[in-house]
Amino acid sequence: MTGTGIVARFRCDFDNFRLDVALTLPAQGVIALFGHSGCGKTTLLRCMAGLQPAEGHMEVNGHRWQDAHQSLPVHRRPLAYVFQEPSLFPHLSVRGNLNYGWRRVPRDQRRIGFDQAVAWLGLAGLLERMPAQLSGGERQRVAIARALLTSPQLLLMDEPLSALDRQSKQDILPYLENLHRTLAIPVIYVSHSTAEVARLADHVVMMDNGRVVAEGPLQETLARTDQPFALEEDAGVIVNATIRQHDAHWHLCRAEFQGGSLWVRDEPGLAVDRPVRLQVLARDISLALAPNHDQSIQNLIPARVTGIAADQVPGTSLVRLAAGGTPFLARLTSRAAHQLQLTEGKDVWMQIKTVAIVD
Amino acid sequence: MSPEWQTVWLTLKLAGITTLTLLLVGTPLAWWLARSQHWLRQPVFALVALPLVLPPTVLGFYLLLLLAPDGALGQLTQSLGLGTLPFTFEGLVVASIIYSLPFTVQPLHNAFITIQERLLEVAATLRASPRDRFLTVVLPLARPGFLTAAVLTFAHTIGEFGVVLMIGGNIPGETRVLSVAIYDHVEALEYTQAHWLAGGMLLFAFLVLVGLYSINGRVTGGVIR
Repeated sequence: MTGTGIVARFRCDFDNFRLDVALTLPAQGVIALFGHSGCGKTTLLRCMAGLQPAEGHMEVNGHRWQDAHQSLPVHRRPLAYVFQEPSLFPHLSVRGNLNYGWRRVPRDQRRIGFDQAVAWLGLAGLLERMPAQLSGGERQRVAIARALLTSPQLLLMDEPLSALDRQSKQDILPYLENLHRTLAIPVIYVSHSTAEVARLADHVVMMDNGRVVAEGPLQETLARTDQPFALEEDAGVIVNATIRQHDAHWHLCRAEFQGGSLWVRDEPGLAVDRPVRLQVLARDISLALAPNHDQSIQNLIPARVTGIAADQVPGTSLVRLAAGGTPFLARLTSRAAHQLQLTEGKDVWMQIKTVAIVD
Repeated sequence: MSPEWQTVWLTLKLAGITTLTLLLVGTPLAWWLARSQHWLRQPVFALVALPLVLPPTVLGFYLLLLLAPDGALGQLTQSLGLGTLPFTFEGLVVASIIYSLPFTVQPLHNAFITIQERLLEVAATLRASPRDRFLTVVLPLARPGFLTAAVLTFAHTIGEFGVVLMIGGNIPGETRVLSVAIYDHVEALEYTQAHWLAGGMLLFAFLVLVGLYSINGRVTGGVIR
């Protein structure tokens, strides 16, 4: 019963693919299981929960759930699972649904209070309703609260937002971010949406064809150029920054990161000294050998080339850069990379067209 | 008790015992049929449905042979000290259970297959053991199926005739049930008595179905939709 972290090793053959995974993950924060649909991320999550029988090893903070000799049945594993569809019990009210798991956890193991969960997910006015009377977003919030009320040691979420419309997604995301800050429970979050991962994750596991192809802290992992599968249009990095200055006249504010500053559009709630997560996509960065102020792009940042790799799309290259300690990715045509004579260690100027605030 | 009321009581007793037994036996069987991937599933399903298509006399004939003193089951019951079953009330119960089996299993099966596997998975992640999941998720969601199964089994047992005649005969107070009594009255041209019993059963069947439809709202059972 020693050791912290999550150890998950599974090797299992299915009809059309093989899952072969050996992971050791931090038992804190949000870990995104990320990849295209069909890459095996949901299967891996189901194996961790014991919903999918598979040979392997599963351990959370020193508590062994499964090894070569035994495997705890799902209902004995102290986990919670939020499925893609809310899957509320249709014969129970919201209160009945929330009580279902809550009542089955011994009193002395409850670390999350009923009223607490109801308040976090904004369910106070809905308790006596039946699931059929709720909107899609409300149902998923009930499902999340129901899962949390088992006071789990690990929260597994399988694309909990993908079945929702855009508005419901926007409504739920703040709740998820909130949980992430308030709860000390590690979350494994399956997603194929870069935007969700960028906004929520601390740690990323990228999967392809049943295998882990890259894994590590969010920033580092997204900035790798050797990702074996293309993130296509979504390739890019996350930059942790802090709001330092407002320019009321132009509706802009300056976000400082380790190695420079970026101007972003001012939005309500962006107080000075507030930490923000910025997403900069590779396609939105162009490179120049000298600073060019005769153009519209506002964010010009000096950086050094740290790597060049051929992109998945023929004729394009992914260039890895560092501005101070912060990594960036830029997508160029291979001809442009050749004409600029880009090599590792060369100093360039990044012209950044768009910066999105994701958190 | 007058002979007529004795007949009514015997019929209700037979239907009641049959229904209770079948709900106990039919529930696990229907659950297995709804969830299993076993190759025996289809043959068993067909076997359960046989009484729907076989003439009751065929069923009764083979049951009579099996349960007879020199039949396979008859020898078993004798060696267990139970005597022989044909022409006894117990024999009628056994025959009714087999004859009404599809009327229990099919509505239950239909109710079970509509329950999403996902809800059971959710219940498992919420710490519910398999037994707990069955009691708190499957049973409440399959309630209309149980109601349909109970009512259909009860009503169908009350109405059976061919099997009863083959296996039970016509012993007052022991195996003489309503349908047989009506047949006797008609044979003896006692149309008034036949009317009382037949009309009563007609009314009973109608009321049962009205009650079933109004409770279930929408009948989700297998035989009537």
